[in-house]
Amino acid sequence: MSQAQVVDVPESDPRVKQMLKVIKNYQKRPDALVQVLHAVQDTFGYLPMNLIRVVSKELHIPPSRVFGVVTFYYYFSLKPKGEHNCLVCTGTACYVKGAQKIIDQISASFGVKDGQTTPDNKLGLQTARCIGCCGLAPAVVLDNEILPRTDPAQITGLINARLGAKK
Amino acid sequence: MNLAKLNDIAAATKEKCKNKKRVCVCAGAACISSGAIQTLDSMKKIVKEKGLDKTVDVIPVGCIGACHQGPLVKILPDETIYQKITPAEAALIAEKHLAKNEVVKSLLFATGAGKESPVNSNETDFFKKQRKVVLETCGNINPESIEDYIAVGGYQALYNILSTLSQEEVIAEVKAGGLRGRGGAGFPTGLKWEMVHRYINSTKYVVCNGDEGDPGAFMDRSVLEGDPHRILEGMAIAGYAVGAQKGYIYVRAEYPLAIKRLETAIKQARVQGLLGDKIFETDFNFDIEIRIGAGAFVCGEETALLASIEGKRGTPRPRPPYPAESGLWGKPTLINNVETFANIPKLILIGGKEFASVGTQKSAGTKVFALAGKIMNTGLVEVPMGITLREIIFEIGGGIPGGKKFKAAQTGGPSGGCIPESHLDTPVDYESLGALGTIMGSGGMIIMDETSCMVDVARYFMDFCMNESCGKCVPCRVGTKQMFDLLNKICTGQGSPADLALLEELAPYVRETSLCGLGMTAPNPLMSTLRYFREEYMAHINDHWCPAGVCKMEPAAQLAEAHS
Repeated sequence: MSQAQVVDVPESDPRVKQMLKVIKNYQKRPDALVQVLHAVQDTFGYLPMNLIRVVSKELHIPPSRVFGVVTFYYYFSLKPKGEHNCLVCTGTACYVKGAQKIIDQISASFGVKDGQTTPDNKLGLQTARCIGCCGLAPAVVLDNEILPRTDPAQITGLINARLGAKK
Repeated sequence: MNLAKLNDIAAATKEKCKNKKRVCVCAGAACISSGAIQTLDSMKKIVKEKGLDKTVDVIPVGCIGACHQGPLVKILPDETIYQKITPAEAALIAEKHLAKNEVVKSLLFATGAGKESPVNSNETDFFKKQRKVVLETCGNINPESIEDYIAVGGYQALYNILSTLSQEEVIAEVKAGGLRGRGGAGFPTGLKWEMVHRYINSTKYVVCNGDEGDPGAFMDRSVLEGDPHRILEGMAIAGYAVGAQKGYIYVRAEYPLAIKRLETAIKQARVQGLLGDKIFETDFNFDIEIRIGAGAFVCGEETALLASIEGKRGTPRPRPPYPAESGLWGKPTLINNVETFANIPKLILIGGKEFASVGTQKSAGTKVFALAGKIMNTGLVEVPMGITLREIIFEIGGGIPGGKKFKAAQTGGPSGGCIPESHLDTPVDYESLGALGTIMGSGGMIIMDETSCMVDVARYFMDFCMNESCGKCVPCRVGTKQMFDLLNKICTGQGSPADLALLEELAPYVRETSLCGLGMTAPNPLMSTLRYFREEYMAHINDHWCPAGVCKMEPAAQLAEAHS
């Protein structure tokens, strides 16, 4: 997602207070780091750099170690995601049923590659190792909603409908 | 909480459902994505409108199993399952089956064309050969209701052990049951419990491994979503047996519904005094916390998982010391898989001897498999150990769709291997699958037909291991990359016999020198496909041709061929 700006969140943002409350709920225990990072990403959609420093301070963990944890886990993102996000499952069942064709079709239709967002930041494309919906392969998750048995011929229409619906 | 109260809850819940039909609408992740929530809402509304709510309960349930035919609706006590039910068809079922007791034949759950579908779905090919222990109540009860779980005998096993058995006796019972780790490796569960129990005067932990990372596996997700209290009860029993007061469940972030249902279940259990201090008015205290993973496959490895619970990078460390001796924060820790814990309440209730009467001598009980890929009936099945692969794939699974030919069954995910047609009569147990060069694994079973290229599949899994390698040890970090590059060369038609020889030389090194299970098993898909489908590799190398038509050969390779 080369186009997306990496932005800090001002500490006056009311959501930051919320985040500090979560940290307090974990009694500032350092072992809660991964859980706290989840809470931050759920709130802001990504992990703003300046808030990573706040987390480091609150949990008494060096920023380097927090950063090490953030970059280790696939789930955490340092950059904002797209307005809408499309996650294509590439688990074994989806793979043998043609997940790659779905990815190629989305890339071709929207000009976006895996791990990127469109220039207008409307749509982000990601892939997942396995979302555990193998019975419905190939599966795509569009804004947290699972689309079962997707078909390269229809996926563009489904995404367009979503992009149009919330304009 | 005491026994009288537990029995009261069970009796009251049963009384409420007495003489009533129960409409179970599958609300597993797969059925929800097929529209189950709309079906559920519609069913509820119509039942109310028609004034049937005095004689009918409509509830959401966990995975019924036949995910390919969702949304599924099951009517109890008739055991009738209807498939692909839209909100409009829900109305039809209410009008006919619920109001007049007339079965709607056109919507009945069917397996295999040309046969009449039985009204009792347990008689269909899909369910007939299954044997449900872990999934006993999954799909029959509301996963968000502790009363429902208690009404089917839930928490009775916990009461029994707390009131009548010593720690040693519980462990002896688990040992007698012959239960082995369902995460895939098959370590005897009772033995593991005994190892943790042996350490005295120490804080101890019980950890449930719900980091189901194998692509193609969704058994644990379904159990967590469909019957979360069973896991909590299993963990509490383990906590008592080994002497732990605190448990952690580690669940993947990719399973939001499982996390939500677990949170609800833990809250309910605390309110009822089934978790917390002085459980069943004894001196036993036990509480459980959820830890959410963050998308790292290696965290399914036990030492990496423990590091992740401690809030660190999820990298493994050398064993010994095993977690039983030095686990979470250096304390003795019992770590078992979701399905292992789910077996415990039933094992205690029926006794070890009875539990061991199902399955084979060395592999007792049942195993849940997630059937997926090129197979007619995809979904969740639970079968007795010792059943043959052919029975699972062709009888329960309904065979290969589209008139295609079966090629291989892949078990154990990136750590497992591919089983060819000639070995389909092998019984499913830990040893037999091991002898075939694959593993039981956690239960993912992907079926491949003639349109799947085995070299491409080997490359797919190597790509997976390469990306998921945590990078801590060299054999895994560098070895998987080298093997991937060689496989990629073969897949694009640029491979030579020397590349194949190099692969075969490299694989044992990676297997024997890697730090953890990820690297040790990474060569398995490669080795097993080489063992059974060598001719496909040779076609890629010698003829620059992919027999399955999957691999795109580089034009340069074909050109060289033409000029030679």
